[in-house]
Amino acid sequence: MALRFTRALACGSAAVFLAMGATGSAWARDLTIALKTEPSAMDPQYHALTPNNQIAQTIFDPMILLDKDLKPQPGLAESWTVDGKVWTFKLRPNVKFSDGTPFTAEDVVFTYDRIPKVPNSPSPFTLYLGSVAKTEAVDPMTVRITTKEPSPLLLVNLAQLPILSKKAASGPAAEGKTTMQLNSGDGLIGTGPYKFVSWQRGSEFILARNDNYWGAKPTWDRVIYRPMTNPAARVAALLAGNVDMIEDPPTDDLPALKKNKALAVEETPSVRTVYVALDQFAEPSPGIKGTDKNPLKDKRVREALSLAINRDAIVERVMGGVALGAGQMLPYPMFGASKAHSVPPKADIEKAKKLLADAGYPNGFEITLGSPSGRYVNDSKVAQAVAGMWSRIGVKTNVDAMAPPVFFKNRDSYAFSAYLAGWSVSTGEMSNALSSLLVTPNPAAGLGTTNRSRYSNPKMDELVAQSGSVMDDGKRAEMLQQASDLAMNDYAMLPLHYELSVWAMKNDIQYQGRPDQVTLAQFATLKK
Amino acid sequence: MSQADIVKPAIAAARKPEGPWRRFFVDFFASKLAVVGLILLTVTVVAAVFAPWIAPQNPFDIGNLDIMDSKLPPGSESGDGTMRYLLGTDGQARDLFSAILYGLRTSLMVAGISVFFAFAIGATVGLIAAYFGGKLDALLMRIVDIQLSFPAILVALMLLAILGKGVDKVIIALIVVQWAYFARAARGAALVERNKEYVEAARCMSLSWWRVLWRHLLPNCMPPLIVIATIDLAHAIALEATLSFLGVGVPVTEPSLGMLISNGFEFLLSGRYWISFFPGIALAIAIIGINLVGDHLRDVLNPRNAN
Amino acid sequence: MRATPARIAEYRSARRARLLSTRVNAVLATIIRRLLQTVVVMLVMSALVFVGIYLVGDPISMLASPEATEAQRDAIRASLGLDLPLWRQYLVFMGQAVQGDFGNSFLTGEPAMRLILQRAPATLELAITAMLLSVLIGVPLGIRAGLKPQAVSSRAIMTGSVLGFSLPNFWVGLMLIMVFAVTLGWVPASGRGQTVAIGSLNLSIFTVSGWLSLALPAITIAMAKCATIIRVTRAATRESLPMDYIKFARAKGLSERRVLGVHLLKNILIPIVTVAGLEFGQVVAFAVVTETVFSWPGMGKLLIDSIINLDRPVVVAYLLLIVFFLVMLNLVVDIIYTVLDPRVRLEGRR
Repeated sequence: MALRFTRALACGSAAVFLAMGATGSAWARDLTIALKTEPSAMDPQYHALTPNNQIAQTIFDPMILLDKDLKPQPGLAESWTVDGKVWTFKLRPNVKFSDGTPFTAEDVVFTYDRIPKVPNSPSPFTLYLGSVAKTEAVDPMTVRITTKEPSPLLLVNLAQLPILSKKAASGPAAEGKTTMQLNSGDGLIGTGPYKFVSWQRGSEFILARNDNYWGAKPTWDRVIYRPMTNPAARVAALLAGNVDMIEDPPTDDLPALKKNKALAVEETPSVRTVYVALDQFAEPSPGIKGTDKNPLKDKRVREALSLAINRDAIVERVMGGVALGAGQMLPYPMFGASKAHSVPPKADIEKAKKLLADAGYPNGFEITLGSPSGRYVNDSKVAQAVAGMWSRIGVKTNVDAMAPPVFFKNRDSYAFSAYLAGWSVSTGEMSNALSSLLVTPNPAAGLGTTNRSRYSNPKMDELVAQSGSVMDDGKRAEMLQQASDLAMNDYAMLPLHYELSVWAMKNDIQYQGRPDQVTLAQFATLKK
Repeated sequence: MSQADIVKPAIAAARKPEGPWRRFFVDFFASKLAVVGLILLTVTVVAAVFAPWIAPQNPFDIGNLDIMDSKLPPGSESGDGTMRYLLGTDGQARDLFSAILYGLRTSLMVAGISVFFAFAIGATVGLIAAYFGGKLDALLMRIVDIQLSFPAILVALMLLAILGKGVDKVIIALIVVQWAYFARAARGAALVERNKEYVEAARCMSLSWWRVLWRHLLPNCMPPLIVIATIDLAHAIALEATLSFLGVGVPVTEPSLGMLISNGFEFLLSGRYWISFFPGIALAIAIIGINLVGDHLRDVLNPRNAN
Repeated sequence: MRATPARIAEYRSARRARLLSTRVNAVLATIIRRLLQTVVVMLVMSALVFVGIYLVGDPISMLASPEATEAQRDAIRASLGLDLPLWRQYLVFMGQAVQGDFGNSFLTGEPAMRLILQRAPATLELAITAMLLSVLIGVPLGIRAGLKPQAVSSRAIMTGSVLGFSLPNFWVGLMLIMVFAVTLGWVPASGRGQTVAIGSLNLSIFTVSGWLSLALPAITIAMAKCATIIRVTRAATRESLPMDYIKFARAKGLSERRVLGVHLLKNILIPIVTVAGLEFGQVVAFAVVTETVFSWPGMGKLLIDSIINLDRPVVVAYLLLIVFFLVMLNLVVDIIYTVLDPRVRLEGRR
């Protein structure tokens, strides 16, 4: 009798536990996220890469946080004032690291000093400290930063730098704790909503709630990240219930996912622009046949090529609706984007053909369009669609899609007459796109570093250069809008579309997406 | 029954001995499965060879494609009403039926040529290694080991960097990647055959090593090699698709059958099954045909099976 | 001396011992010779990879942020040692390699060899399970198909085997996931189960969840390998059945089981072992597609990503490991040849 009772009790409680485990009890919920790419390191200063940054921004906080429009908001810095080249930041009081130690100005100074000391970094964070001359702790709650020139972009740059704990991350090496030590969790202490638990490369890594967090109580008990590079496998894992949320489902599966009552889909416009660059320097151009001149130097030809492209068709048919047609390098109304080009040009085949004839190419010519394969979403497919559209106005186009390293090699050695590429405007400001992609190349000054079309417009260069030292946001935005208009009216390059960032998740979760395409656990919450 | 009824036909048969070719055909067509295989194979080859004449559209000419027609289900009409897409269209608006025919051409040609040469080179190397043994064997087999460890993608990328793009470069890459497999298999078989009496007999007759290899050793090593060759044909098609997807194979605008199939994978879960399904069927038909014929051919040609 | 039975027995056992020791010595000598050759092979391999990656492109273009200035790129180049001429980079690598240091990954900064060895157990588990499945299922089926080629079951086996290797790996994996993981929910859709640490190795074969997660990926790989083994076995069986020794064995009145299981098997094993060895090597080295579809944390994906990212230290370390493994594997196969067929000399000497 007693045996039967205890057995029934055991079975009953086992069933309860099983049910709890299956659905996740309401008071101890974990979040499992399937990532597109595994981070390469846990050290937040080793490699400036989105997969790494999004983990760093969950374990740590920077001085400045970016809101959903990428505008600077108080983070660990509660308020700030600026006077010419001197910025004074007042730090948020009563903030503790996850190990209990209080956060002070010393931690900020330590963090910024460590950045140039990290060895062998494939993409160092010194990029973001370029304008900073000196960082000093005035008192435990105040930090003063002196910049080399008046630097309106300082706040946005500081938002990329998570703050380490001086106590935890100090060590015998020049940079304190080394990258390898941080990767194993040693010294990886931050003020962020979640703290590091464990990392098994290739398999999963786990964060847990930081009970010392200064902000709103983090929703999840633990956050478990699993890298699943194959998109179909990610979707399958979500459908099977193995994970709660996935990054980047394939565009073709979205209609089915949206119809699925058990799932929710979140789409956010991103700052990644896909564009076509046209060689405007070489004579003759390497990928053009049928003429010995370079037709791309003629603005009418460039305009014709732009008008031939039916951006709506590409968005609908190739990107499955997961994109927005682009008329300039940053969506309106983001900083520096002008209203004049906020809508992409409508396709007009007749006008395009006429322009070509006017420019002296009534029978068109032959061109090769280069494209990476697998670097950007649907890259080679978009290239093929563009090629088809150009062929229809008489510009017979061959598509040369290649593995990313080969593509970059060819692009950087100017082997392409036209190529398709993508650019992520990480600062959320037009200045970033213009100075890297369209300003006259000047490697020593770091200008036009990715301007492989070698487009050169001195008036636009001037505007962009001047805007770099204008502190007044309104005035700066206006200058950038003018510069962008100059470039777009000149058809310096042909923007195609802005990618939408997409997340799919179980329907009891909601996610607040951000245009810089990061997946942050703290933006995922339970629906009320 | 009189004696004449028995004797006459026997004499008649004795007068006309069966030629070897006639015997071969009789044996071959005795198997229904082989006949089915032959039909499938013929259909495939004819479709591939005459693709430009059979196909309603040239899918390799980008100017023919209208992106608004992409991903249409089988039987749909094109946007401008000029044609009906029998098997639907793929993600780039290519008529699937035409794309399959043209793609078959590319795939069969690339796979066929590369497997043929990989077989020839590999078998030769393997046989030589087994026959001569010693240092030559060690040297050749170490080269084979290096080749087996070298990933196909790296080989293709390197060849792309050195030789440039083109279908012929893909074939070379596939040959380079596959010959080592044949070499090792041939060596394995030859090591066993080498010690048999007929080889010793051939050598006693002072035949040149070349002749011993070709006329005596090779035919008896064939069975496992033919099996591997037919399987390798399917592998070569898949490998070429992988390389093309990475941009080191055939151009993306001229997809092979393998590429069509792998391009279609992403649509499998979204309900647009035809983009991967029909090319997959076409490939399966081709492979089954080749294998059915190959199986029976091997049985028929095997000297040991002559009863 | 008179040949007493005792003396004859003594002589025979001494002879047996002598022959055995000669054989063992021969095998040992071969192993040593092979190891020396392996060193040469690894040298050649590393040189090939250095030159190969150099030809393909510039690692910095894949690593550095697109916003980096030329000066910053040069700084990264210098810190990774990529500004030296290629032959000097190779010498630096050699110098470190002989001390066991194969360099740090450009991408992650971790020691390249450690990255690979961390993931090796997962791939090995998968490869061994898949090959065992293929051989244990494939050989008997192949023999059956070879014995009675006209039987319905044999034809079914052969047609099934054609499907096995002509169906793309990716498709098979995805279908299995959709059926068994998504619809039926019997197994997880991806990832590796719980592991048990043995020393520094993490193995999942000791846990139930480990086996559940291993099932689908292993079956996916096994389908194609099994098909190959079936076909090779059938061909070899058809070859060997008409042979005299089979007729004699049957004439002797041996049970069919013994005829097939001992006499036939021994003679058809050589091509089977050859193919199984080759396939096993290929699975261990290049099981990328399956590992990707199932998010299996093995070595294959690491290799492909490292090649695309031009992460040379990882590619070099990986291929050195693989070439060593393959040479040793082929050595084992060669030794098995001599066991199966004593007429085959280990290094083909007469």
